[in-house]
Amino acid sequence: MTDAAPLLKVKHLSKDYHGVDGNVVRAVNNVSLSIANGEVLGIVGESGCGKSSLGRSILRLIEPTEGVIEFAGRDLMMLNRSEMKSVRQDMQIIFQDPYGSLNPRHRVGGILAEPFKVHRVGNKADQRQRVIEILDLVGLPADASTRYAHEFSGGQRQRIAIARALVLNPKFLIADEAVSALDVSIQSQIINLLNGLQKRLSITMLFISHDLSVIRHVCDRIAVMYLGRIVETGTISDVLDSPQHPYTQALVSAVPNPAKRREQRIILQGELPNPANPPPGCHFNTRCSGMNSTVQEQCLMHAPQLVKRQAGTQSHHTRQLACHLYAPL
Amino acid sequence: MFGENTLLEVEQLHVSAGPVPLLRNVSLHINRGEILGLVGESGSGKSLTALSVMGLLESPPMDTTSGRIHFNGLDILKATDATLEAIRGNEVAMIFQEPMTSLNPVFTIGDQVMEALLLHKKIDKPAAISEASQLMERVGIMPAELALARYPHQLSGGQRQRVMIAMAIACKPGLLIADEPTTALDVTVQAQILELLHELRRENAMSMLLIAHDLGVVRHYCDRVAVMYCGQIVELATSDALFMQPRHPYTLALLNTIPALNPRGVELPSIAGHVPSPESLTQGCAFAPRCDRATARCSSEEPPLSCDAHAVRCWHPIDASALDRKIRND
Repeated sequence: MTDAAPLLKVKHLSKDYHGVDGNVVRAVNNVSLSIANGEVLGIVGESGCGKSSLGRSILRLIEPTEGVIEFAGRDLMMLNRSEMKSVRQDMQIIFQDPYGSLNPRHRVGGILAEPFKVHRVGNKADQRQRVIEILDLVGLPADASTRYAHEFSGGQRQRIAIARALVLNPKFLIADEAVSALDVSIQSQIINLLNGLQKRLSITMLFISHDLSVIRHVCDRIAVMYLGRIVETGTISDVLDSPQHPYTQALVSAVPNPAKRREQRIILQGELPNPANPPPGCHFNTRCSGMNSTVQEQCLMHAPQLVKRQAGTQSHHTRQLACHLYAPL
Repeated sequence: MFGENTLLEVEQLHVSAGPVPLLRNVSLHINRGEILGLVGESGSGKSLTALSVMGLLESPPMDTTSGRIHFNGLDILKATDATLEAIRGNEVAMIFQEPMTSLNPVFTIGDQVMEALLLHKKIDKPAAISEASQLMERVGIMPAELALARYPHQLSGGQRQRVMIAMAIACKPGLLIADEPTTALDVTVQAQILELLHELRRENAMSMLLIAHDLGVVRHYCDRVAVMYCGQIVELATSDALFMQPRHPYTLALLNTIPALNPRGVELPSIAGHVPSPESLTQGCAFAPRCDRATARCSSEEPPLSCDAHAVRCWHPIDASALDRKIRND
């Protein structure tokens, strides 16, 4: 399903936001990851953990503070505006809110033809042909192109947003909470659609979501973020079936499973600390239940590094963990 | 009909906006100390049911065309504004989904938590302050004195929802209506808030109407559950019965679509079509166009809600014994 050469490689990526009062929020903190061709990597975390900032930094929709982004062998940080624009044909994004992300004044046909105009590809006839194709691909009738976004339901609008992202045949797609705003019955349709399209077109994907049960259905691998840092990463089954980081354990346990009665769950104390003033050492040390006297000093003083815990069958399947409770491999 | 143990009873409630029916024939009751869950997709009438019970329907455009709502012996629909004001926030309280917008930004947390106490309990300010700080401690905001002096924007989302809960339970209401109380919160904070509500309900012997679209939340915290579709209750049963032996095809379809209940790598079951708009409803069963069990009768004649303990509104309900549910009781 995936070959070894990563399509996207991110190294030591950080993104700072500067507040008016001189506060600096490090939303993305030294994140490194790679995604193989045709692979889907899930990013999970709670609001404010930096997962959307990470996605936008990778596309340089917001400018990363430091780090390297290699896409298909090119260093994106070295590209100028117009070079970056041409790379974006191959890198697209879908947003959470299908109500806010489609222009209400344009017909769907116009919305879907826009990428052709921006990137100056194809003539009118090609565009028309491709718009009909892509509408069919996302399960909308051809006459949808003459209608306005407001005439469609939330699920249909998300299909339009997916069509727009895919209309130029990108290699890489970021889905930022793309199914979170939808009702369950619609959500499953859109998950199926994304899964089907991803396989059929072998698109490489970064799938950002706060919902672990959705991630499980869409992704091959997962990276768990907490306050700007990746704390655990590995294959879906490794991480979700036997989570090791205390935060991942709490996250997995907090999701109420409708198949079961209320059971003992790990209920975390407190909330996400203020990202402008994160605790020193491990960012999770204010809520961690696993911390004990042997490691406590480490946890309070030193940020744990993301290190290999377990070698996978393939190099990119390696499981990594940032926690002082576990000795490195 | 109105039993000693019943706190709230809604009978054949119809609400419409002009000619458009929004709630159709909604009947339910909540016993003392019980948590009733209300689930359904957006637009199914969950919040409207809650607002009707509180006597908070925006009228016009909305109007209760028929039906009765009895709370603790009081006829809500016939009650005067003064009577309603005396019970709202006192005997019935409500928490909303949006902790960001349901607090007043220009008043301190203390002012807002004390409002109900000063209004309903007729106590003086020092007494109200001490009671407010006890409430803050109870919902887990400490140090309480400091928090009371703060403004809503200085608190996090989870803390604001705790403040909303403190305000709601200030007068020890018999009934708490919680409308998607954790939808806007992160999962780890959601778990905290739900556990808190669960404890408070036990401590105060409070009844709850818990509105949620997350079936996992409903399964874990509700005694009985009503499923709504297009302004109607289509199934009402104990939480165990509903999840293990759903009888309405919509309930079954809804349960089947849950990602968590499906193995990886398979296509998720989905419900074909979409929820019809209230204007476009025809005379038959509202779910018939999307239902794989529908017959000619379903599109011409509306099924009634059956009168048994496991109530279902369907001409061809699923035979419980024939069903092999994935949901176990463990």
